[in-house]
Amino acid sequence: MHQPARTSSGFLQTVPGRLARAPGAFHVLLIMAAALALGTPAFFSVANLVNVGLQVAVLMIVSLGMTLVILTEGIDLSLGPVLGLCGVCAGLVVVAGYGLPLGILAALAAGAACGLVNGVLIAVIGLPPFIVTLGMFGIAQSLATVLTGGASVRNLPAYFQWFNEGRVLAIPVPILAMALSFVVTYLLLYHTRFGRYVFAIGGNRVALKLSGSPVSAYHIAVYVYAGLLAAGASFIMTARMNSAHPTVGVGIEFDAIAAVILGGTSFEKGYGGLVGTVVGAFAVGVLRNGLNLVGIGAEYQVAIVGVVIIGTVGLDAWRNLTA
Amino acid sequence: MNAAQTERGQRLVTIPAERMVFVLSRLLALIVLVAGLSVLSPVFLTWPNVITVARQAALQFVMSAGLTIVVLAGGIDLSVGAVIGFAACVAATGIAAGSLTGGVLAGLGVGLACGVCTGMLVAYARIPAFIASYGMLWIAQGLGYILMQGNVIQGFPPALRFFGIGWVWGVPTLVVLAGALLAVLHVLLHYTVLGRSIYAIGGNVAAARLSGMPVRSRQVTLYALCGLLSGLAALVVIARVNSAEAGVGEDLLLPAIAAVCLGGTSLFGGVGGIVGTAVGSFILALSVNGMNLLGIDSLWQNAVLGGIILLSVFTDQLGGARLLRGS
Repeated sequence: MHQPARTSSGFLQTVPGRLARAPGAFHVLLIMAAALALGTPAFFSVANLVNVGLQVAVLMIVSLGMTLVILTEGIDLSLGPVLGLCGVCAGLVVVAGYGLPLGILAALAAGAACGLVNGVLIAVIGLPPFIVTLGMFGIAQSLATVLTGGASVRNLPAYFQWFNEGRVLAIPVPILAMALSFVVTYLLLYHTRFGRYVFAIGGNRVALKLSGSPVSAYHIAVYVYAGLLAAGASFIMTARMNSAHPTVGVGIEFDAIAAVILGGTSFEKGYGGLVGTVVGAFAVGVLRNGLNLVGIGAEYQVAIVGVVIIGTVGLDAWRNLTA
Repeated sequence: MNAAQTERGQRLVTIPAERMVFVLSRLLALIVLVAGLSVLSPVFLTWPNVITVARQAALQFVMSAGLTIVVLAGGIDLSVGAVIGFAACVAATGIAAGSLTGGVLAGLGVGLACGVCTGMLVAYARIPAFIASYGMLWIAQGLGYILMQGNVIQGFPPALRFFGIGWVWGVPTLVVLAGALLAVLHVLLHYTVLGRSIYAIGGNVAAARLSGMPVRSRQVTLYALCGLLSGLAALVVIARVNSAEAGVGEDLLLPAIAAVCLGGTSLFGGVGGIVGTAVGSFILALSVNGMNLLGIDSLWQNAVLGGIILLSVFTDQLGGARLLRGS
């Protein structure tokens, strides 16, 4: 049996090992930062760096969940539309006057429900993850649009802004949420039975099943957790747009997959980890931020990120072949 | 991977019975749809509506045909919709520049080129098919937006529009075209070396390689063929709607995959066929037509498509699983 990727090592041990093994994200980040520092003096200003952090927050939180999914040899193409659906659910509940706690509950329930359906179809029925989550992509997007009649949910109460503009101990809430999500996910992945199962499911699901472990429950939990993180991220997104738009999330799943792959997590055998994803998410965020600063349009950015994804995966595959 | 292979090994034994579940469930869907819509809508069985459904089904089939071949070989191409959109933009730009032949060739060429790229990435760079084609999806879509700059090109020559709205011997040209394509692809799949190797690769790629089949070059050929058919679909789309804009391909992926799944082609590869996709396209066209006739908001369309995909894959899998336990 393959030795799974380093799973229990601490921070300091993980970082150099990861960068030596899969430097894609690190290199992209370095090159981008150097180019931006030279090209646009504005890049390294504190204001812009905080801006990058704020922009990356939503992507980072979604990418953390995506990492767990991909570690199980899965994929979740539905996380973007699910994020939109969660935002719409919370927005509608809050605007209808039921209060924030119920709004949070509605968003979490929507995210968990989508993840649960994905997880059951994938883990119990054994359908391919990309087709299940593609189906969920259509369902979540459509439900969100139907719930609002195609329009945005506006007139959110003023306190909703706290999710984007609020500060706790002088730290902006999105950045705090991003850090908190990372710590929780890190502990879950590296210090709990759940985390061991995530790597093991990716490593050899059949062996786990045959040895009588409760694989399916943990496998489902991975998709539910990814859905819950998307629900959390939806609050930051909604607050930043000051409205909940049904299709606002579409495309985030693409950036999240890019972040995870750039971070060196493999689509096979549960190789990879969470720290790489953090670097990957910043790489994608900085890439987008830089392209914005240079004034390159959104349509070009999408094509460029596509090329970067394929390039990195191709490079990794090529390195594995020659290694 | 291991799970899929083990399951496939067991599934091979149960194919005939599994096919039965497929045939019965799709027949049931057809009967329920036709009977239900005949009762619920007075318009459904009128000649103009029948022609509408036939045209829609034919268009859907042309858009799903290439994907079927890739899926049969155990691959997936998530970029079909975006490539159709991009090829449509290129073809329209060429035609608007004054050359019908040039535009048509450019559209087909762009589709072919995208397919070759995806195929090379899958076969030689060893990138998982769904991620290579997912990257291609965004590249093609981005290129489409860059090319069109927000413009819409409208009005195409009658020679092209003939394929979208014309008639041949009292049958819509589109239906004739889809029928011809169905016949060609069916013969290709069942009576040629290439076609047989598609099933071999989809059924067991390791066995195919070990028996000396040039698996990688075959894979490139298949994705290239899928891309070429996407180029053809792009031409048919602009011939039918008489306009082209950058976003035209965005909503084409879900229906294309839904038609293949409804057609009973296994997403694990090796099981199914092009006739199934024709049936799937027809059921899909009936469903969409039914939603329109019954006045169901088109906002629901994606949810219905997603549900159809999940339900048909689920049915086929359950049918196989139940029979497995029984045997």
